[in-house]
Amino acid sequence: MTEILWHGRGGQGAFTAARLLGEAFSVKDNSYALAFPSFGPERRGAPIRAFTKLDDKPIGNRSEITKADYSIFLDDTLFSEQSLFELKEGGKVLLNTKKKFDNPRIIALDGNSIAQRLLGLPITNTIFLGVLAGVSEIVSIDEISLAITQSMPQRLREKNIAVVRAAYEEVRK
Amino acid sequence: MAKRFLSGNEAFAYGVRLARPQVISAYPITPQTIVVEKLSEFVEDGSLKAEFIHVESEHSALSCAMGAASVGARAFTATSSQGLLYMAECLPYAAGGRFPIVMMNANRSTALPWNIYGDQRDSVSQLDSGWIQAYAENAQEALDIALMSFYIAEHRKVSTPFMANLDGFVLTHTYEVADVPSQEQADEFLPPLQTENKMSLAAPKNLAFSAGPDSNTIFKYKEHLGILNAKSIIQEAEIRFEQIFGRHYTGLTESYQTEDADYILITLGSIAGLVREVVDQMRAGGKKVGLLRLRYLRPFPNEEIAAAVKNAKALAVLEKDISFGSEGTVYTNVNSALQKAALSIPNSNYIGGLGGKNISAEEIESIFYELTKQRSTVQFLGIGGEGSGN
Repeated sequence: MTEILWHGRGGQGAFTAARLLGEAFSVKDNSYALAFPSFGPERRGAPIRAFTKLDDKPIGNRSEITKADYSIFLDDTLFSEQSLFELKEGGKVLLNTKKKFDNPRIIALDGNSIAQRLLGLPITNTIFLGVLAGVSEIVSIDEISLAITQSMPQRLREKNIAVVRAAYEEVRK
Repeated sequence: MAKRFLSGNEAFAYGVRLARPQVISAYPITPQTIVVEKLSEFVEDGSLKAEFIHVESEHSALSCAMGAASVGARAFTATSSQGLLYMAECLPYAAGGRFPIVMMNANRSTALPWNIYGDQRDSVSQLDSGWIQAYAENAQEALDIALMSFYIAEHRKVSTPFMANLDGFVLTHTYEVADVPSQEQADEFLPPLQTENKMSLAAPKNLAFSAGPDSNTIFKYKEHLGILNAKSIIQEAEIRFEQIFGRHYTGLTESYQTEDADYILITLGSIAGLVREVVDQMRAGGKKVGLLRLRYLRPFPNEEIAAAVKNAKALAVLEKDISFGSEGTVYTNVNSALQKAALSIPNSNYIGGLGGKNISAEEIESIFYELTKQRSTVQFLGIGGEGSGN
């Protein structure tokens, strides 16, 4: 099973990304996904986590992820060195930040710049779907685009597919 | 059919839309809200032709559904937790009136302490109200039960309201893949409601009447028979369902690796998915363990339980419920089934998941290991047996 842990603040779209990833992955036959947020009252700006579990068979374990293959931070104020303990062996952190890191387990990208340029807003949730597609074999850009087309409002689709592609190209450089 | 990525609440709402209810009365409560929001969207966009009635309380929501059912309309409502308890007066009313209302209940803890998360104390506390009670494991089963529930409830031999239970949050708010059948298939499965149990100018009759000591017992006896008849009608519905939609269901219970199992865990709802995974892991290590999932608590699967566990060395019942001063109510019911079948099998009761507390794979594995001691105890997961701590 592949497990992706999303960290964000209320309003940054971490759960939306978790759900889109599950939808994108399960486009294929014999592909199963669970996606859910940390449950509870929702408040803008408060730290939230969201979870995507992916497998080639039905997933019975609905518990929160404790060790992830990828731990994604949409907000670098939520990240600390302690966050690396949430990774499986070989797991990686994908971090939205302007800072540089030397650690091979941390893939840093300035998603806000891409978001400001293409969306006009510092919302990086779909950007990190593109990053994930760029650094792993989990989902393709086409599958992500299909999920966005199926479940995002019409007015958001084109721009979000554009930022997914831009982020993908950026990490593929 | 169309493969969709849906939450349990959304999947249930799609199932309800396919059933073409004529009246939906609802009052929102977490974690049920999304199912009625989704249905109100369907009514708004014209994809469901129903009267959507906003009421001022859950008591009114069910009263309204009864009013609709009493003129022969297909009626749906939904609630959770305190909302279900506020409806409590109306629950036996609907059952005694033989109104085949379908209600979704998002299983949630009951106050106090205040808690919005999932456990099954709300619905289990209402087992005696005369309703059929089903418990879904995942979004697909939730959708399929939504559609089948109307068939079962409305069947002439049953004529009993149906409560479909979904674990709050872990099922209602978790997104997963579900096939949404076409409306044509759904219409083939479920014809419009036909009933003689309605107010009608063409065939006037007395409904929802009084019955004194002389006649009361016969009405209650018939109510009991109606819900017992649901056993065969659930089977009938599932056979028809499989013929049309290709998905197979197994009646009141679902057995997994129980045939040669020494140790069997009996549970209900969405936690069964995790138990199945633990069974697979332990089987890979040579341990003969199995899972028996109760899909229905009313009618209660007495014979099915006895048949599935008769060769086991020990049993555990894991439930998100406690009847204070006694034990878990599901456990009580399971022991009654064993006793009726003259089965004497050591068994323990595990109370877990209260107020949304996570149940881990390790805890389930340890339940199976404790079963090898073949004791009979009541244990609270994470705390211990009665008398632990103070």
